[in-house]
Amino acid sequence: MDTQKNVFKEEAYELLAELETSLLELEESPDDMELIGRVFRAMHTIKGSGAMFGFDDIANFTHNVETVFDKVREGAIVVTKELIDLTLSARDHIRDLLDGSNGEGQIDREKGEALIAELKKLMPDTEPDEEILPGKAAHEPEPDSPEVTFRIRFKPSRDIFANGTNPLLLLDELREMGECAVTAYTSQLPPLETLNPEECHIFWDIVLTTRKTLNAVKDVFIFVEDDSQISIKEIFDHEANVEDMTVDKLGEILVSRGDISKEDLHRALDKQAPSKIGQILVKENKTSLSAVKSALVEQERIQKKVTQKKEQISEKSVRVPAEKLDHLIDLVGELVTVQARLSQKASIQGEADLVSIAEEVEMLTSGLRDNAMSIRMLQIGTTFSNFKRLVRDLSDDLGKKIELTTSGGETELDKTVIERLKDPLVHIIRNSIDHGIEMPEARKEAGKPETGTIHLSARHSGAYVLIRISDDGKGLDPVALRNKAEKKGIISSETELTEKEILNIIFAPGFSTAETVTDVSGRGVGMDVVKKSIDELRGSIEIESQKSKGTSITLKLPLTLAIIDGLLVTVGEGYFVLPLASVEECVELPKEEASHDRKRQILNVRGEIVPYVKLRDEYDIRTDAPALEQVVIMEANGKRTGFVVDNVIGGHQTVIKNLGSAFRDVGDISGATILGDGTVALIVDVNKIIAA
Amino acid sequence: MGKLILTADDSASMRQMVSFTLKGAGYDVLEAVDGKDGLEKAKAKDVDMVITDLNMPHMDGIQMIREIRALPKYKFIPIILLTTESQDEKKMQGKAAGATGWIVKPFKPEQLLAVIKKVLK
Repeated sequence: MDTQKNVFKEEAYELLAELETSLLELEESPDDMELIGRVFRAMHTIKGSGAMFGFDDIANFTHNVETVFDKVREGAIVVTKELIDLTLSARDHIRDLLDGSNGEGQIDREKGEALIAELKKLMPDTEPDEEILPGKAAHEPEPDSPEVTFRIRFKPSRDIFANGTNPLLLLDELREMGECAVTAYTSQLPPLETLNPEECHIFWDIVLTTRKTLNAVKDVFIFVEDDSQISIKEIFDHEANVEDMTVDKLGEILVSRGDISKEDLHRALDKQAPSKIGQILVKENKTSLSAVKSALVEQERIQKKVTQKKEQISEKSVRVPAEKLDHLIDLVGELVTVQARLSQKASIQGEADLVSIAEEVEMLTSGLRDNAMSIRMLQIGTTFSNFKRLVRDLSDDLGKKIELTTSGGETELDKTVIERLKDPLVHIIRNSIDHGIEMPEARKEAGKPETGTIHLSARHSGAYVLIRISDDGKGLDPVALRNKAEKKGIISSETELTEKEILNIIFAPGFSTAETVTDVSGRGVGMDVVKKSIDELRGSIEIESQKSKGTSITLKLPLTLAIIDGLLVTVGEGYFVLPLASVEECVELPKEEASHDRKRQILNVRGEIVPYVKLRDEYDIRTDAPALEQVVIMEANGKRTGFVVDNVIGGHQTVIKNLGSAFRDVGDISGATILGDGTVALIVDVNKIIAA
Repeated sequence: MGKLILTADDSASMRQMVSFTLKGAGYDVLEAVDGKDGLEKAKAKDVDMVITDLNMPHMDGIQMIREIRALPKYKFIPIILLTTESQDEKKMQGKAAGATGWIVKPFKPEQLLAVIKKVLK
């Protein structure tokens, strides 16, 4: 490269000498186009070659002078003495820059900038300048990206050969990019006697699986894209969830390629048996044999990729029966309990060695617990994609147009939670399809797109996962809800309710808004069942709705069912655990409140009225209350409620144990846990107490 | 025998760079100093491909492409235009005259070879 740089410098000095002569001559005969052209070319060569060999400052400076002379060539600027003077100075500056690159002389950058400014003044109207950047060229190599499969149709213009293009070389280039299958369409070839061999009558379908980007694939066709028909479409997402991967049917591929219409497909499908769909379509001249072959090639490729992907995954994973996992979690739970006992014992004995062992065991246990929990975690995306079919079939039945979109499918949730979530989700989505989204005509009238959207999303929020089902349907009408609730005797006409509370009526037992019971939703199972299922998962449900804008339902679910963060409290001699995630704050119960033995138990917390419940009364604990009682303020179902306890002990990692079948019907208690010293603590079912 | 590529450029340094790159890749090279020279050399010899600069004295690149393309023996050979203009206008002019493709200056030797591979069998 150094010798090339020297060649450039020699050439540049020569050109500068020639430039000086030409400029002086031009001053004598300012209209000589030949001279103007010579000046322009000298500048052009210095610029172009300068950029090639890394003389970027020379290239950029000269570009400005060249631009002026381009205008002179076009006749937009006339040659004046001023222009000649300026160009001569510019020429000298270029020489200085050249000298400077040899390490000789001084480069006066300010002079350069002043010259550029002067030159720009000469321009009729300065257009935004194009900077010459080193290395800016058509074929920047791009870094490799994840594997993708493209469907490419390349239909060259008939006279493509006239430009010296050989389309086969472009196909070769594609072949080098990855796994490539080419199908040629020869159906448009004219009979031999009328064939002009200088014209191209063939076109191609290519299925390409590559690690190159879409832009790299487009670049293959860079010289022919203007006069050829080229379509490039990504048809297979290799990064998607394996369960989501589907292999399209032959007919679907042909429709999506635009080779046949949907109607053609339906007609052919009706006739299908016993011939094959491809044969029918070709026989009826709906499409060509090549098109069918090409679509089959694509189908085969996708099938292969899906199989490969599945094999890859099964190689990397081990299948384990769920019971074994459940047992592991149980054991981990026991271990957490024992570890708590060990820590407690160690801190009482205060022996340094024992304490350090206990701390290490605690660390390992928490690592083991997180790990064991994560094994049970599944992505919710699989469940989401199951609903695509549901939405498609139900909307077809009802004559509605509905699209299901999803996001956050990679969010992980405990396997049990996901399993128990399916039915509630089905119910909510059915409701959206049936009651939420309007018929296409009604949507059009309301100025909405004919196709309604139901969006399913999942995201993490602390120890919870939020699942949101929103539609852009007609929304809930608070007035209608209220009327119905009064008619059904769920509320009385005097009941004062906020809008939110009215919306929450749909969760009341025995409430259904549909006038008639349809096949889709409203089979006697109301939203109350949905709410119950979510409550059982220790989750909560929230509804927002705007009339004619849509409804969205948010489910808040715990990441796992086996262990929760709890707040340990005492009442009398008993220990209780309150779910920490719902705890808002702890305050003292004022003395005057404590002595009151009245029905309405209401507390004023910084100006806000909060009803409270005494756990002592709730669980019928007959010991005397301490002089000072504590109130734990909890939030559930959008309401704040206080729970009066004797003492607040603190945070507690709660391994949930079921109470066993003998205590199945015990209300207000959702489970039990074992404390470090072996004492049993009961877990308070906050939702049930608040609802009662 | 290697393929013979004609390269026309009024800049000696560009000619040298192109020629160096091509020879390194095993092509034979025929150099021309301007469009007129290029056309004459193309007529005299049988070249497999032409790489030409746009702005040259005596005959510019566009005109040279037009005349070379008009010669029956060069009806289908690949012709590449070197240009500093990244605007479409010049590329389109080049294509209209019969160029197969273009390379925008400045470019790296491997980019030149990649383009040749795209058009020359």
